[in-house]
Amino acid sequence: MCRSLVWIFCAGKLGRRERSDKDEGLWNCCFLCLPGTVFSICCHLLHATLPQISPSSPVPTSGLSLAVIFSYKRSVSVGRGTRKRDEDSGTEVAEGADEWAQSKATVRPPDQLELTDAELKEEFTRILTANNPHAPQNIVRYSFKEGTYKLIGFVDQLAVHFSQVGNLIPKDSDEGRRQRYRNNLVTGSEESAKLVISEAEVVEEEDEPKEAEAGSQTDVPAAEAAEKVAEELMTPKQPKERKLTNKFNFSERASQTFNNPLRDRECQMEPPPRTNFSATANQWEIYDAYVEELEKQEKTKEKEKAKTPVAKKMGKMAMRKMTSMESQSDDITKVTQAAKIVERMVNQNTYDDVAQDFKYYEDAADEYRDQEGTLLPLWKFQNDKAKRLAVTALCWNPKYNDLFAVGHGSYDFMKQSRGMLLLYSMKNPSFPEYIFSSESGIMCLDMHMDHPYLVVVGHYDGNVAIYNLKKPHSQPSFRSSAKSGKHTDPVWQVKWQKDDMDNNLNFFSVSSDGRIVSWTLVKSELVHTDVIKLKVEGSTTESLEGLQLYTVGCGTAFDFHKEIDYMFLVGTEEGKIYKCSKSYSSQFLDTYDAHNMAVDAVSWNPYHTKVFMSCSSDWTVKIWDHTIKTPMFIYDLNSAVGDVAWAPYSSTVFAAVTTNGKTHVFDLSINKYEAICNQPVVAKKKNKITHVQFNPIHPIIIVGDDRGHVTCLKLSPNLRKMPKEKKGQEVQKGPAVEIAKLDKLLNLVREVKTKI
Amino acid sequence: MGETEGKKDEADYKRLQTFPLVRHSDMPEEMRVETMELCVTACEKFSNNNESAAKMIKETMDRKFGSSWHVVIGEGFGFEITHEVKNLLYLYFGGALAVCVWKCS
Repeated sequence: MCRSLVWIFCAGKLGRRERSDKDEGLWNCCFLCLPGTVFSICCHLLHATLPQISPSSPVPTSGLSLAVIFSYKRSVSVGRGTRKRDEDSGTEVAEGADEWAQSKATVRPPDQLELTDAELKEEFTRILTANNPHAPQNIVRYSFKEGTYKLIGFVDQLAVHFSQVGNLIPKDSDEGRRQRYRNNLVTGSEESAKLVISEAEVVEEEDEPKEAEAGSQTDVPAAEAAEKVAEELMTPKQPKERKLTNKFNFSERASQTFNNPLRDRECQMEPPPRTNFSATANQWEIYDAYVEELEKQEKTKEKEKAKTPVAKKMGKMAMRKMTSMESQSDDITKVTQAAKIVERMVNQNTYDDVAQDFKYYEDAADEYRDQEGTLLPLWKFQNDKAKRLAVTALCWNPKYNDLFAVGHGSYDFMKQSRGMLLLYSMKNPSFPEYIFSSESGIMCLDMHMDHPYLVVVGHYDGNVAIYNLKKPHSQPSFRSSAKSGKHTDPVWQVKWQKDDMDNNLNFFSVSSDGRIVSWTLVKSELVHTDVIKLKVEGSTTESLEGLQLYTVGCGTAFDFHKEIDYMFLVGTEEGKIYKCSKSYSSQFLDTYDAHNMAVDAVSWNPYHTKVFMSCSSDWTVKIWDHTIKTPMFIYDLNSAVGDVAWAPYSSTVFAAVTTNGKTHVFDLSINKYEAICNQPVVAKKKNKITHVQFNPIHPIIIVGDDRGHVTCLKLSPNLRKMPKEKKGQEVQKGPAVEIAKLDKLLNLVREVKTKI
Repeated sequence: MGETEGKKDEADYKRLQTFPLVRHSDMPEEMRVETMELCVTACEKFSNNNESAAKMIKETMDRKFGSSWHVVIGEGFGFEITHEVKNLLYLYFGGALAVCVWKCS
């Protein structure tokens, strides 16, 4: 048997099933036969067009309308059964068409008709139409109009294969609108969720297209997604109809992030500490407590009453003051120490060159100046308050080598004003360390050797006072008064003595009233003892009733012997010097006719026990041996000598200051007759220098003038010469050497004198 | 003399009626002052009802200083308590009342 592939090309559409009479029963179509797939569709259609189906069935006819035209060369079997079989074989043919290459032998079913070849080759054309086989072809109806039976030409070919009552409601109908409204209400709350979901869906859908199976499908969902996005953007708030998601395009994806594992943590804090407490609350306990309280209150009230209100006020005021002062002073005291140091530093910086000179400068020119020396001015101390007061006393502190005291007062008999005691430190030239002011001018002062904080001063009004530097009061600690035996005239000199037997402080004072008084500090009171009265010799006259009258000499200066304790010298206004003893109150040990005018200063030599020096307003300085009545050396300085002082480092050096502003330094071992240094010290010539003092340690001297200035000068090396020994021998130092040195000099003089 | 003295004592005693006398306290100063004032206020307000006064004190203390305060007000009682350190006040008030306030959670 032969087989033939039937390829039929499909023709154009027939359009709707508008059947014209011409086309009745006949469809002229063809279909595209593709192996496998389309054929099955065709079979389906074939079944659909079986005679049961009425041609009037609503078969969709738009598009390709298909009818099957079989044209086969097989023998046609009569009846449906054969047709079925043919169809089956037709299927077989198509399928066999695949296999026909494999086997040409056909398998015949046993009940198949056997036909001759000629019959087999016969071609039969079958035309399948979409007519409804059940539909009668000749319907006759009675037409009442014409009164006869009429043949209806047009017979309905519609065959209903399947009908179902649908539940779709048109949108715009009433019911539809009602339903829509109801849906809106329900889905209104879910719209945000839906938005999210729909957005998620959109996102997913957009992801989806990439993974869609068919390539052609990607465009569609993407377009749909874009539409949806656009919809959402435009109408974000309108309630959306539930989007029907195409399950092929959209799938939901969810993921769960990793949840951190949970862990239990416990912590127990220390509970706050607890203690037990127990007590009893009874009526009697309460009563007792209250009574006790009452008593306490009464006691405090009594105490308050006991104090006088003023005292209480004072106490309160003092307390307040104390507290305020304390608070103030606390602030200040904390700063004072620092401020002091800073002040000194500032001063040092300001006077840096001076400080350097003081320490290190040695005048090199002295080598060339044979036997002459200079005084290098260092600092100048002055204070505004003491501007118009003359320097009346100078004293170095025995303990603190940089501290010295300056007493201010006035030598002018007519102009007497207040006095001041200033203590300067070389470390701070701009401001005194201590300031004390007094009503009366200070004429002299002295510092205690063992208690360097005690300063005794003598006033112009005859009073003496002791200042304690340790206490911040500006008032003297102890003061003499008229009752306690003050002098009636200015006190010209005061000097501390050694403590007496009872360890009481003791000092002497000499005054113009002719008395030399010893003051003792007994239990914070000054007790005075007249040591001696200076009587002018030869002036005692006997008056009536046997009283001895005498003229009192005015003492102006005195000095105690360094070693012989009881012996001291007194210089008077008459120009005499008396050698006295503490034990004898009326008799002098010796008298020297020293000067023509008042003796301004007397001073024992620090080394030589026999030698002392005196100066006077009669322009002279005289050096004495106390055993000899006449002076050893006399120096005329052309001007009234205010003060004279021995150098502490040499027995032959001394300085004298004159009222013409000059300072003279003498060294007897170098030049017996002239000063080795003769230097004006103060700026203006009118300035009279009143006092001079050597510093016990440093090679400096201080001079005070009558303008209230104190100038510090450094001695040049020539002035400080030590005796040179021959080479090879040791340079001996010490008091013995000094004494020997002076002795030698004196012997020369004595010899001369004795010779004379 | 005796009578006047007696009267004086009474007068003084009466003066102390409204004076709170702290018998024992280990509270910090501020806390103590506040608590004392609170106790005085409460006792004066509820002078005839100790329970309400105690209630008022306890609630106020709980609010101000933290939970679990205990308050006892009375005229005759003895006690032994465990209290958190620095949270005890024991005072007499009005000549006849004793108030004990402590914290213990």
